[in-house]
Amino acid sequence: MKLTLLARSLGRWLDGTGPSADIVLSTRVRLARNMKDVPFTHRAREEQLAMVYSSAVTAVRKTPPLSQSTALQMRDLTPLDRQFLVERHLISNDLADNAKLRGLLVIPDESVAVMVNEEDHLRLQALASGFQLRSAWEAVNAIDDELAQDLDYAFSDELGYLTACPTNAGTGMRASVLIHLPSLVLTKQIGRVLQGITQVGLAVRGFYGEGSQIMGNFFQISNQTTLGQSERETVDSLERVTRQIIDYETRARDELVKDARVQIEDKIWRAYGTLRHSRVISSQEVINLSSAVRFGVALNMEGLTDVPTLNEMLIRTQPAHLQLYTGREMEQRERNVVRADYVRGLLEGGGDDAVRSN
Amino acid sequence: MQCQLCGKRPAIVHFTEIVNNKKSEYHVCEKCAEERGYSVPLLKSKFSVGDLLAGMVDQTGVGEEGKVGRVQCPRCGLVYSSFRETGRLGCSECYTTFRTQLRPLLRRIHGSTKHVGKSPARDSVRAALRRELQRLHEEMQRAIEREEFESAAALRDKIRAMEGEDAPEVRGEETV
Repeated sequence: MKLTLLARSLGRWLDGTGPSADIVLSTRVRLARNMKDVPFTHRAREEQLAMVYSSAVTAVRKTPPLSQSTALQMRDLTPLDRQFLVERHLISNDLADNAKLRGLLVIPDESVAVMVNEEDHLRLQALASGFQLRSAWEAVNAIDDELAQDLDYAFSDELGYLTACPTNAGTGMRASVLIHLPSLVLTKQIGRVLQGITQVGLAVRGFYGEGSQIMGNFFQISNQTTLGQSERETVDSLERVTRQIIDYETRARDELVKDARVQIEDKIWRAYGTLRHSRVISSQEVINLSSAVRFGVALNMEGLTDVPTLNEMLIRTQPAHLQLYTGREMEQRERNVVRADYVRGLLEGGGDDAVRSN
Repeated sequence: MQCQLCGKRPAIVHFTEIVNNKKSEYHVCEKCAEERGYSVPLLKSKFSVGDLLAGMVDQTGVGEEGKVGRVQCPRCGLVYSSFRETGRLGCSECYTTFRTQLRPLLRRIHGSTKHVGKSPARDSVRAALRRELQRLHEEMQRAIEREEFESAAALRDKIRAMEGEDAPEVRGEETV
């Protein structure tokens, strides 16, 4: 099974490195591209989708960073496998849902990937740990340059890259950061900050991107517009705003610590205690409690854990991850028990063993 | 989960309040959240193409709207009314077919109707340059290993000249 490899490893974008990694979990830049002579995915016939898929695979395999990529066709995967890829932020719910000829090309470290026949024929993405907008943009830009040599993109001088939805036309770029803002939420300044963000033309979404819920104090901030601004300008402005938000978060954190250090620390240690000792735990609870512990790590509290461990916990305790990892399908009740074991093991520094011995 | 306040609508706003070290959790619906003044810019920022299009239709007038809705793309066969329902165009040609209708829409979404950014034609040139530079670098490395310093120096100058001329492009920076 191809996914076993991904299930055993953890993408480089989760290794907790990169600037401001205690606040910014990850950075993503994606480009939407379509073939000139083929209708957009939802209007294309099966054989046209097949053609897009095969020419995409051929072109992608010639592109240096992606030459070693694994090609996965959605219809070959079980619903559980597809759910795993959604949890891993490698494909959209939309790509997972559809029975059409759709696919994913991804390299083992998950730093770059290409979705084929999603809403657009191609969605190129670069994922990086921490706050690294420029390097993520450069990575995806280089792949795009290479692919443009082989693929005939739908492009007009006036409107740029043409996409199925006019909200993406132009650069076809969506740059985003997944940012953790517990202090702004606790001090209730978050509403104002988010309002400010939307006023400067950026969008705020939940943990899994478009249409998803806000969980565990994580917010995904991205550019809203794709016309009238170059890729570089878009990246720069998102970078500036993100830096400002980091600054707000840091200031709110300082205020909190000044006013209520013991109370804050108590909450964090209690959250840690629950994770460390519980025997039955839901996904949602892990997300919320690990958010508190992440906050503690950002506060430099000693004896908790580190960012990479928290990232691993966040990703690997999701339902499909747990099931692929243990190698069997489980009902929610059983998952909650296995999840608690896994989390305890992780905090003891031996997550792998805990689950294997189960 | 139902809203804690009205008990009717689904709770979609979740937050925790801490007053005097006492923590209370709230799960409320959008309407109650708004009434109580819990700001929910997130929900408001979720704009849909449908809404934008509805706004546009008002401008075009009802009589004309029927006609506009029947405009069809000669290449993929999509009619404009179908785009209005789904928010998805059928093919790249649709952008030309529905140009008149799309312009105000694009302006509303993006505040602009002019692409400023990279283009595939320039990309190919840049990719070729990048590869050529890579090749020269490797060649220079081999020359150094063979201790052919004269040809290594020549290669180095060539690389520098190329990087000097085209550096911004090679680095993927905007030149527009």
